[in-house]
Amino acid sequence: MGIPLYWWLAVAAALFCLGLYGALSRKNAIGVLLGIELMLNAVNINLVVFWRYITPQALTGQIFAMFVIGIAAAEAAAGLAIIIAAYRQRDTVVVDELDMMHW
Amino acid sequence: MLTNQMVQILVFVILTIMTLGGGLGVVSSRNLFHSALFLVLSLVGVVGYYALLDAGFLAVVQLLIYVGAIAVLILFAIMLSRGLMARRQHQRNEQWWIAALVVLLVFVVLLVVLGQVDWPVADEQALLSPNVSVGQLGQVLLGPYMIPFEVISVLLLAALVGAIILARET
Amino acid sequence: MEATISWLTTLIPQLPVPTARLIVYVVYSAILAFAAPVVLVVAYTYMERKVLARLQDRIGPNRAGPLGILQGLADAVKMLTKEDITPAKADRIVFNLAPMLAVVAAVLVFAVLPVAPGVIGTDLKVGILYVVAIGGLGELAALMAGWSSNNKFALIGAFRTVAQLVSYEIPIVLAIITVVLASGSMQLGAIVAAQDVPFLFTLPVAFLIFFVASIAEIGRCPFDLLEAESEIVAGFHTEYSGMKFAMFFIGEYMHLFSAAGIATALFLGGWRGPGAGEASILGVLLGFVYFLAKTTLLVFVMMWVRGTLFRIRIDHLLDFGWKFLVPVALFLLVAVAFVLKVPVLNSPTFRWLGMLAANGVVILVSLALVVLAARHSRSAALRGVAGVDG
Repeated sequence: MGIPLYWWLAVAAALFCLGLYGALSRKNAIGVLLGIELMLNAVNINLVVFWRYITPQALTGQIFAMFVIGIAAAEAAAGLAIIIAAYRQRDTVVVDELDMMHW
Repeated sequence: MLTNQMVQILVFVILTIMTLGGGLGVVSSRNLFHSALFLVLSLVGVVGYYALLDAGFLAVVQLLIYVGAIAVLILFAIMLSRGLMARRQHQRNEQWWIAALVVLLVFVVLLVVLGQVDWPVADEQALLSPNVSVGQLGQVLLGPYMIPFEVISVLLLAALVGAIILARET
Repeated sequence: MEATISWLTTLIPQLPVPTARLIVYVVYSAILAFAAPVVLVVAYTYMERKVLARLQDRIGPNRAGPLGILQGLADAVKMLTKEDITPAKADRIVFNLAPMLAVVAAVLVFAVLPVAPGVIGTDLKVGILYVVAIGGLGELAALMAGWSSNNKFALIGAFRTVAQLVSYEIPIVLAIITVVLASGSMQLGAIVAAQDVPFLFTLPVAFLIFFVASIAEIGRCPFDLLEAESEIVAGFHTEYSGMKFAMFFIGEYMHLFSAAGIATALFLGGWRGPGAGEASILGVLLGFVYFLAKTTLLVFVMMWVRGTLFRIRIDHLLDFGWKFLVPVALFLLVAVAFVLKVPVLNSPTFRWLGMLAANGVVILVSLALVVLAARHSRSAALRGVAGVDG
């Protein structure tokens, strides 16, 4: 492998931070979801990179990445359903305005 | 003549521009539809990463599930709430600068810490031949990882049913 | 491919093998990406017009060139000289990107299509999964076009497209898994090699499911709800004209070809036929001819279907996909998996017969269930489907 391990980790860290920023700073619930997807992807890159560089003979890294992808799919489906339900009921998807539980 | 390593680095740089540029677009674009399209760009970059890391099956799975399913689902949801999305509104909340500060801090700390750890990288011989085939992955999924696999299936089923119940009109 | 590379290196001895490989692959991909679309679109539009005309008791195009064979070229010239319009309120960048993505998505499938013995862009280990994954890019193109046009018909068209394509992807994948089970590989080359008897004869139900769902997947009549003129003008590409419309058009015809090509590789034995083989140039050419003939036969059947059936309603379409195709495909998958594990059936012939029997049982049981449900149903429509009186 011609690419140093550190580069990969730096890229994954950058992607994770971008996702974190998106999740923290977006008003729109779908925007928050997009940020979370970015973070999950960064984690996945890390898993695969560690598999490739540290334990290339073991299967664990790839299996784990697959599980993460599966969970991301479930999360997107449930999350978007919640957002659409909220949109129907409250006519908004801005996170700050979804305050039914707020005293 | 280009060496193998140079080609790899070139591909890596292009993919990084795609992935991080896409990621930047996701968090900075004012139009949410554009954000989602940038997410697709970023995800396709990650597909390239997996291919570069010799995880071909994972690359295809990523393309299939992330680009083909999750991204399409998100775009679909954005289109469904079109009236809201079209309204030009501030996409950032009031705490965005705190968030930016914190994230920048996290990033710097991560870079420093990652640089200081002495990663137990495998020896040259092992690095050259990553020995994972699709068949093995299948065997392991239904062997040692049987229970997590089934749990994921149940989770997906639950998400499916839950999504239908939540989103259906009453 | 390997044969061509070694031929090239013997032709020019000082050429290093990697360079020869690069040249061969660049030429091959250039053919796939530039020459194939043009030839395919011109040939298939001509064929489609002629076939439809014959089915409707007309002559069809007969002005441009002898027998009208230049009609496709004339169409192309007309299309390219039209004014290229971008609506004022459209989302400019996305609007222009969408047609490109549509063509790219169609071209990418060609990379794993085994067109002749030994001639395949790259025989990916997960080739067939790759084909399914690339299908998602086509959906994306439709969504982008529908959204960016800023037109309600385009938007509805995009909604329909996604609902339809996502629904019909599931029976397609299930049918593909059945084939993967029977052949023991996801590599298209290996799937072709496994078909001593084409899967059409051992897995006919899987073929039917795949074929019907493919027609829906490429949005052709009777499933052309995506662009139903009488309801939503032209669907997601309502606002497109000139070159950009031409790109959607090219994408559509390439998609048609690649869907038929994949069906050929999966079920009709790909390039296999008497005399075809990797050993000689003649065998390779013969294989290519077989592949083309089988694919064109499937394309012809699709045109025939288009000329015969009427467009069905969107709710019927989704019902058909979810309530009939998906369950049948699922049961078929289980039945075939079961048959393949029965220890008595260890010789190939027994396996083929067993798979055929499983197919027969599944389709008979499912049809019987539909009829039974219709008998007990009060719904006139369902009773009509099963041909139950009243």
